[in-house]
Amino acid sequence: MRLLYFAWVKQKAGISQEDVTLPGEVRDVSDVISWLKTRGEGYEAAFADLSVIRCAVDQEHGDFDTSVQGATEIAFFPPVTGG
Amino acid sequence: MIRVQAEDFDIGTEVAALTKGRTDIGALVTFSGLVRDANDGTVASMELEHYPGMTEKELARIEQEANERWPLQASLIIHRVGKLMPGDNIVLVVTASPHRQAAFEAASFLMDYLKTRAPFWKREDKNGEAHWVDARESDGDAAAKWDL
Repeated sequence: MRLLYFAWVKQKAGISQEDVTLPGEVRDVSDVISWLKTRGEGYEAAFADLSVIRCAVDQEHGDFDTSVQGATEIAFFPPVTGG
Repeated sequence: MIRVQAEDFDIGTEVAALTKGRTDIGALVTFSGLVRDANDGTVASMELEHYPGMTEKELARIEQEANERWPLQASLIIHRVGKLMPGDNIVLVVTASPHRQAAFEAASFLMDYLKTRAPFWKREDKNGEAHWVDARESDGDAAAKWDL
């Protein structure tokens, strides 16, 4: 599964994208975040305040309870600021 | 039509291309957004980051939604990415319809939704320091009124 990070989430995590194999018990986006936070300080810092974290599963906006089973791409980013 | 590009755009050229050979359009609305200095000369430049792939899909979804809600004859969204300077164009929305109300409303809807749904992020270089622009609550309120 490919994980993508954008804007300050990318800066704090220290990585823009990576291919990972998620543990079998990971079912939804919140599980992915919990798992990521065990992988180092950068991820802990990036996901310290979940009120400013948004996500997309397979390039569609998702929520923390969106299933990631069968997904190929999950992205994490702050609230968008285009326009 | 959707375009995500680093290059600048020219409003006159885009409008001419959109209306060329057509005599059915009665109303055409354009909105363009520019890089704004915070009135104090401190914004040196801005970097527009985006999520390639999802950006185009999300803009297409937003445009599709506008076309389902209003009788549009044409629509165009151009959004720039990369490094921009104060005064530069960022975004262009064009809507065309037989009468003005649909074109006005659809253009407003497209901008409100683009600002809260399309995966772009602004980073300002201000006083020699780069910082990510925070989302504005009023943008969320503006999008909420369309009840998508």
